[in-house]
Amino acid sequence: MSSYEARFKVWRGDVAGGGLEDFGIEVNDGEVVLDIIHRIQATQAPDLAVRWNCKAGKCGSCSAEINGRPRLLCMTRMSVFMREETITVTPLRAFPVIRDLVTDVGFNYAKAREVPAFVPPDGLGPGEYRMMQEDVDRSQEFRKCIECFLCQDTCHVVRDHEENKTAFAGPRFLMRVAELDMHPLDAAEESGLDRKKTAQDEHGLGYCNITKCCTEVCPESIKITDNALIPLKERAVDRKYDPLVWLGSKIRRRPSGPA
Amino acid sequence: MSVVDRQEWDVVVVGAGGAGLRAAIEARERGARTAVICKSLFGKAHTVMAEGGIAAAMGNVNSGDNWQVHFRDTLRGGKFLNQWRMAELHAQEAPDRVWELETWGALFDRTSDGRISQRNFGGHEYPRLAHVGDRTGLELIRTLQQKIVSLQQEDFKETGDYESRLKVYQECTVTRIMKEGSRVSGAFCYERESGRFFVLEAPSVVVSTGGIGKSFKVTSNSWEYTGDGHALALLAGAPLLNMEFVQFHPTGMVWPPSVKGILVTESVRGDGGVLRNSEGERFMFDYIPDVFKEKYAQSEEEGDRWYEDPDHNRRPPELLPRDEVARAINSEVKAGRGSPHGGVFLDVSTRMPADVIRRRLPSMYHQFKELADVDITAEAMEVGPTCHYVMGGIAVESDTAAARGVPGLFAAGEVAGGMHGSNRLGGNSLSDLLVFGRRAGLHAARYAAGLTGLTGERPLVDDVQVDTAAAEALRPFSAEGPVAGVEDSRPPENPYTLHQELQQAMNDLVGIIRREAEMETALEKLADLRVRARRAGVEGHRQFNPGWHLALDLRNMLLVSECVARAALERTESRGGHTREDHPAMDRAWRRINLLCQLTDPTGGLAATDPVHGQIDLVRETTEPIRPDLLALFEKEELVKYLAEEELYE
Repeated sequence: MSSYEARFKVWRGDVAGGGLEDFGIEVNDGEVVLDIIHRIQATQAPDLAVRWNCKAGKCGSCSAEINGRPRLLCMTRMSVFMREETITVTPLRAFPVIRDLVTDVGFNYAKAREVPAFVPPDGLGPGEYRMMQEDVDRSQEFRKCIECFLCQDTCHVVRDHEENKTAFAGPRFLMRVAELDMHPLDAAEESGLDRKKTAQDEHGLGYCNITKCCTEVCPESIKITDNALIPLKERAVDRKYDPLVWLGSKIRRRPSGPA
Repeated sequence: MSVVDRQEWDVVVVGAGGAGLRAAIEARERGARTAVICKSLFGKAHTVMAEGGIAAAMGNVNSGDNWQVHFRDTLRGGKFLNQWRMAELHAQEAPDRVWELETWGALFDRTSDGRISQRNFGGHEYPRLAHVGDRTGLELIRTLQQKIVSLQQEDFKETGDYESRLKVYQECTVTRIMKEGSRVSGAFCYERESGRFFVLEAPSVVVSTGGIGKSFKVTSNSWEYTGDGHALALLAGAPLLNMEFVQFHPTGMVWPPSVKGILVTESVRGDGGVLRNSEGERFMFDYIPDVFKEKYAQSEEEGDRWYEDPDHNRRPPELLPRDEVARAINSEVKAGRGSPHGGVFLDVSTRMPADVIRRRLPSMYHQFKELADVDITAEAMEVGPTCHYVMGGIAVESDTAAARGVPGLFAAGEVAGGMHGSNRLGGNSLSDLLVFGRRAGLHAARYAAGLTGLTGERPLVDDVQVDTAAAEALRPFSAEGPVAGVEDSRPPENPYTLHQELQQAMNDLVGIIRREAEMETALEKLADLRVRARRAGVEGHRQFNPGWHLALDLRNMLLVSECVARAALERTESRGGHTREDHPAMDRAWRRINLLCQLTDPTGGLAATDPVHGQIDLVRETTEPIRPDLLALFEKEELVKYLAEEELYE
């Protein structure tokens, strides 16, 4: 097993401000960035704030930016960097800093509340639901989401445009609308709720210009743009003309099954 | 005079995993104003890591299944030490709990006729686990989270406030349960983000904090698993039951070191994966214990046929209960037949086509590819035992989930004891969370309602208790450093170092195979750590300070570790998740004995105590006899292997 000393720059500070702090720190075979942050905590900076939980890529807690790119700290292996490279770790840029690498992700929880829940169908009791696998495949793909909010962080509609946050739910929650809209037994329509219309009118679907940044950062490899957002735009298009859908329908058309 | 902010609720639920969220949903639906408090963000609880599925005898894949068969499997898995009434309720109610998830939007994998698909798992006679690929826990937590949001949406429509009847306090920690006399009166909490203290006043508190794995070095558990609920209950005067039973999951990753312990789901074996040693042998055939001889295949051919024709063949021994498989792997490694990094080989690559593996085990494929550079469709995984689950926990009444001896305190999920006996079957955890989470929420709401209005008075939170709890929580900031001119004075202890020493000690001395002398050493080490932990100091301030949080969690880990070590030393037999090298056999006389751990100081104090005696008293208790109609579900020949003579002829 070979060890070496890596150079890290970690953003430290709080709402009042802060800056990058330098650390020289040991790295061992097979380690991920979160291991290194933990070693800094245990040996050099015991009060270094970082959010984490499962350390297995399943809970989506340890989201941050590594060399400016939104990533999970627990799924980024040190072996992807050159040994002489200085690795910079900063908090998610789209959300307000609380302390060090921890940000206030409350925006996401507020948006989650604005999406109307699953509407159970009338006349079907528990145990009576029948759905075919091929009909649930697509919604299941979206339910792989671990809510790391990397897509929310990277989406340029809000990344540098705080003013758009009120009107725009972000890729994660537009995908949630798509998931419910494609659920074979969701009875929203029967109850008078048009999910496609609300996606457009209330959750800001029109702001999305399908640059696929969200898909690129998704640690679960969910095809957010191709499988959720574009189809949702297409389904909403009856109601409203959206030039991007028209454009998207010309340039997309690559087959893309569930991951 | 205390200036800590106070808020009043009917029911407070500590922990937001499967059990806590299910309890909160039930309490709110029964009309109780309910608060949930959790250490992580909402939706991140350890339940997300559950992979394989939810065990429920729906009979969708094999119609021979029913609750009686599930009950039998559960008791066999737990080696008959289970609190049998819990196992009965669990087997009966699990299907309803799964079906109701569908009405809240859950999307399980389907059978060809459109029902919920069910998969095979260790110790379950029929395919029984409702699942979503290998991310069932995520589906469970997300469904419950979204159900909570939908209740909040209803409340918003009615009251204009999402949180008027159901509120989640995320990233907050409870450090003490408050009492008036013997009754629960609330919880003392701090907000991790700001370090601010607050009190939730409530007559009912449901503890659903999960397990204790972070006291062990190699574990599949996340940072939250510091035994908080176990410790809170002990400190509030409630006993813990059978804490010696700790499940080491047979298959954790062993390489590279930074991922050692991360879970490899049992579904790998349920779907056809096999275990081999360095000589290429499927060694599990050599480890079928007597009590299971008739139920498992005796040859590889028979085991392989079982996947296609389960009615005429017996299951392969890779699907024995987890305790058996973990011990077998341990023995193979010890005998020098291990893999290069000290595990054994788990192989699906020669058993299934690559595309099937990727579809059925997507997160395992992903996990090995990303973290270990191993392509499981092309080569075998290296796996070894990892601390996974504690069967022991808060002693509860089976029907109501009420903690014994403390009115107003309830417990559900991993933190509650009894349900799984000495060993839990895979898949029985998620169903346990739902069945007893619901029951805890129901009875907590009822109890609180009984104390409203004319029928009774609510207990009050005492200012002195609040001040004491605040002082306890602040102590790490004033840990004494070296005193000028005093010899022997030392700097404050680093909480991270103390934690690592604790994990090493528990792993080495109270791990998967236990010996008397080592456990005695462990108790001495724990006594030393306890003294040092009182001097754990932290730098910085109260705002999101992980060093401070860990210093506070250490109290809980040390208490729970002492319970495990003391009970393990006392039980001189091997059963389920408790293996004694010096007492290798299961002893029928011990089947009727529960070991209860209680805090030595009945006032909940933790003053430095005699290191030999420690802080925990052990009490032996004889279990209630198993109800005759439940015993009648088993053949006499099988019962003879488990029950004491006098039980058989009663």
